Amino acid sequence: MQVPAPFEYTRATSVDEAIGLLDRLGSEARLIAGGHSLLPMMKLRLANLEYVVDINDLHDELGYVRLGTDEVRIGAMTRHRELLESPELAAHFPIFADAERVIADPVVRNRGTIGGSLCQADPSEDLTAVCTTLDASCVIRGAGGERVVSMSDFFRGPYETAVEQAEILIEIRIPLRPHGSSAYAKVERRAGDWAVTSAGAAVWMDGDVISDARVGLAAVGPNATGIPAISEALRGQVPSEELYAQAGAIAAESCSPNTDNRGTADYKRHLADELTRRTLRLSVERIRAGEAGDQGTQAEGRD
Amino acid sequence: MQVTMTVNGETITREIEGRLLLVHFLRDELGLTGTHWGCDTSNCGTCVAWMDGEPVKTCTVLAAMAGGHEVRTVEGLEVDNVLDPIQEGFMQCHGLQCGFCTPGMLMTTRALLDRDPDPTEDTIREAISGQICRCTGYTTIVRSVQWAAAKEREAKAAPVEGDTESVGSAS
Repeated sequence: MQVPAPFEYTRATSVDEAIGLLDRLGSEARLIAGGHSLLPMMKLRLANLEYVVDINDLHDELGYVRLGTDEVRIGAMTRHRELLESPELAAHFPIFADAERVIADPVVRNRGTIGGSLCQADPSEDLTAVCTTLDASCVIRGAGGERVVSMSDFFRGPYETAVEQAEILIEIRIPLRPHGSSAYAKVERRAGDWAVTSAGAAVWMDGDVISDARVGLAAVGPNATGIPAISEALRGQVPSEELYAQAGAIAAESCSPNTDNRGTADYKRHLADELTRRTLRLSVERIRAGEAGDQGTQAEGRD
Repeated sequence: MQVTMTVNGETITREIEGRLLLVHFLRDELGLTGTHWGCDTSNCGTCVAWMDGEPVKTCTVLAAMAGGHEVRTVEGLEVDNVLDPIQEGFMQCHGLQCGFCTPGMLMTTRALLDRDPDPTEDTIREAISGQICRCTGYTTIVRSVQWAAAKEREAKAAPVEGDTESVGSAS
């Protein structure tokens, strides 16, 4: 029977109250949101806490997807299911639905949150790769105010983030850029499992030429990693299979997978290559389908 | 600590330890052993019950976290000795063999039918993808859900006799 060691449960009803509690209770206190990472770790005594601060009441305050003029803002308590079903994210960032469909299972997705996923900072976690691909930034609030950090500054190693003890991740901001699309692909051993390897891609086009592209990989390094060399190789190029292959080769070279029970390092490098190609290809296809689809509809209308 | 929640419509208050998991609260404190306790790791899904109308894995929710919320367990499906159509479906189509996964399957698929009255086989399989039937009886589980869906659609299309009053007032 797996149960956590004894701790004191308390509940915060506002972000400021949560920060105040963390400040007062000290380093033996942790926030719990969906709980599907923290509770298993507590059951296994990988996390031993004196205080657990339940922030599920903050869903009203921090559960949202807001579309602005130049960015999308996602509240940290937004649950996986809400991300999967968000029409705003589907319209602008199809990578989210791609990833959410393969994160755990529908019942777990009813509880898990984007903030919890990022703060867990598991090297195999999917939303960390999605946010890295989309060049997201994280808004962290403490008693002294808010600060905004990039994804590369947010992750400090496996299970470590820039969020300090008396701070809380409150929002994820994703820049909105025109003429782009995105995609996510994951190889897992069984439905709902952690990734053996996964890749996210985002591409922006200027006519027939790639104006910018980003690739993020999960499960092949200490944290989800963006690969600047791929962006450099793709900018200004016309999409082709050869170009995707070049990007895939860079992905395989740039990552640092370990051999473990999910697969060998060589296999994961192979997947980094293949999944990079697939997600870049799909992103470009989505951009073209969107534009061609619009033109087609107009043409039919005129006929 | 004290926790108060609604379970199958009844308000319940208990003194509990903060670390008590919802599955054990339901089974050991309330005697609602219909919710099964399986893998302990949120993989098998036999412990699924509803919190505020949504299926959750009660082995990975603290009882304290359910405080102030509405919980519905498999015991809450049957009302006044009338089975829920999803329960009937599992009976009619042999949706269970050993029955261990059944409570979770029933709660998840009941929630599915509330959202989608005519789910495809793919939709049903996706909905139960976080649940394991070690008898591997998935085909009959899918049939059971489809049976229940068809029955509910029929009931909606053709109200039973004696219900004419409400039909009349609606039109």
